[in-house]
Amino acid sequence: MAVIATADTRLVVQGITGREGAFHALRNRAYGTQVVAGVTPGKAGEDVEGIPVFDAVADAVDRAGANTSLVVVPPRFAAEAILEAADAGVEQIVCITEGIPAHDMLEVYHYVRPRGIRLLGPNCPGALSPGIANIGIVPAEVFSPGPVGLVSRSGTLTYQIGGELAAAGLGNSTIIGIGGDPVVGTSFIDVLDLFEADPETEFIVMVGEIGGTDEEKAAEVIAERITKPVVAYIAGFEAPPGKTMGHAGAIISGSSGTAAGKQAALEAKGVPVGTNPTEAARLVVERLGR
Amino acid sequence: MDLHEHQGKELFAQAGIPVAEGRVAFTADEARAAAEDLGGRVVVKAQVLTGGRGKAGGVKVVDGPGPAQQAADTILGLDIKGHITRRLLVERAVAIADEYYFSITFDRAAKMPLLMLTTMGGMDVEAVAEEHPDRLARLHVDPALGYRGFHGQRLMSMANVPVGERKALAPLLAALYGVFADRDAMLVEVNPLVRLEDDTFLAADAKVTIDDNALYRQPDVEAMRDLAAADPQEQAAREADLAYVKLDGDVGILGNGAGLVMSTVDVIAQVGGRPANFCDVGGGASAEKIATALGIVLSDDKVQSVLFNIFGGITRGDEVAKGLLGALEQTAVRAPIVVRLDGTNAAEGRALLAEAARPEITVEETMLAAAETAVRLAGEVA
Repeated sequence: MAVIATADTRLVVQGITGREGAFHALRNRAYGTQVVAGVTPGKAGEDVEGIPVFDAVADAVDRAGANTSLVVVPPRFAAEAILEAADAGVEQIVCITEGIPAHDMLEVYHYVRPRGIRLLGPNCPGALSPGIANIGIVPAEVFSPGPVGLVSRSGTLTYQIGGELAAAGLGNSTIIGIGGDPVVGTSFIDVLDLFEADPETEFIVMVGEIGGTDEEKAAEVIAERITKPVVAYIAGFEAPPGKTMGHAGAIISGSSGTAAGKQAALEAKGVPVGTNPTEAARLVVERLGR
Repeated sequence: MDLHEHQGKELFAQAGIPVAEGRVAFTADEARAAAEDLGGRVVVKAQVLTGGRGKAGGVKVVDGPGPAQQAADTILGLDIKGHITRRLLVERAVAIADEYYFSITFDRAAKMPLLMLTTMGGMDVEAVAEEHPDRLARLHVDPALGYRGFHGQRLMSMANVPVGERKALAPLLAALYGVFADRDAMLVEVNPLVRLEDDTFLAADAKVTIDDNALYRQPDVEAMRDLAAADPQEQAAREADLAYVKLDGDVGILGNGAGLVMSTVDVIAQVGGRPANFCDVGGGASAEKIATALGIVLSDDKVQSVLFNIFGGITRGDEVAKGLLGALEQTAVRAPIVVRLDGTNAAEGRALLAEAARPEITVEETMLAAAETAVRLAGEVA
């Protein structure tokens, strides 16, 4: 069944006529994702290797039956692109764009969330269900189908841990990047609940990093209602306070958001935390006993 | 981007928020002239992008131009938590009756701006929150609603601001929220927010952080950037659009992706080394980009070895290897480079590196092995 990226996904790519948009739309389609439309204002009637282009997301919904949007639009226009997709009635929006102003994302979050629309990202690699569908920029060749649900704030770190699991013969149900910005639409908790309900997922790996309190809150929820085993990894133990470590959201503010604090919160709830990606992968292999 | 106090106050003044009259000074002579200009008692304040300057001797209240010049002489060059004082704010001293605290932070958990007000100003707010939580009023603003007059009324009531003072304080709170919203701020903090003896209020300090992602629409703020206060490597990286953070060890670190690079920094420390920096070269693998990043990492004299950690995704390992070899054609490197290539086309990439047989490159297959080798090589040089 998998989550977010499924056989039922009918994808519209916003920004499809751009270099990145076209590249990833075609990659996602080549993987087996149903890419039914693209949107670039002013380019209606064109196509990208057979994918019809519309001026507005609502047209892609009406005429091509799109139910999920992939936003590959420059940061200055991305917040509006998300709002457009939400207004057009898609069920899920995956936003790859890095660099959207945080204040814009506050507005977007509070528009999208109460309407029950799933927003993944921004500043995320998307979601991949190996063998089923790929929405976004996760390199599918690293991953194979299997029982481990993987959720992360970071792209390449996801590939690193996924690669280590693959080397140990473990595949994935779905790989989800929630994004590295201070305000993202989908939290660790949201994904934990999705994996808990997903029959394909037997085991959950959560990859966090410094900044915010999402990992601490996830620890509470794991203790409260997640019955599947969870292993975590946190990056940024050596990060100095007050410095943005690449991701806009990866910053220690005062005494809040440290890797040590997150590790302690998770371990206090019985979640093992690997100190590096290799150890995290080893913890999973040990517990799955395969 | 963090702003100096005087820059934050410039934004405040533009928004109609009262601040003391002041002048920026870069030399003791300028401080003297500023004091002459302002007349009477003045405060000479170090402008550094860190807290705790008062305790460090970076703030002095003096009478007249001569003493202002002397104070400036003492404060200029002062090292405050690793920040060298290069500029001062000379302000007309004000008659303070009371010190309050007000801030607007970007509450990531609630995904709303958070207002905080306490009448226990002038001290560390984390200490107030710890020792007197009942005295620290906290109120979220729904972004869909924006700041309304009632937010201020409720907040002042929660903080037990004397009723007679509220009429004078309310417009300041509203105007400060205006700065937060209109300027794409992640933080606006006024500590202390002072009540003067004439019962008016004034922002006696300003700590403002602006969202880097929004600087494109805040060009006047971008123009305030203090290039002298920036680390030279961090400045060069910003100009090259690379994410770089200076640390203080001897193993330089480059990689693709913020999470992977953060993790690499951790692993260097775990195997007993000292990371010199965080540097994310991002996606893509052009020789130019890699050469620029290598150049910046190696311009830090402390760096004795470099770990280049790549997990190929859409960027393939062979492209990265070609980029690195191309970069080595463009720039001579003065330290050994340990390369770890994994992911898409990693084997092809490693084969290319083996074929080129560059003496400065050592190839490792895993992140841990690469970290150990980089740390060992740094130790041999040192």
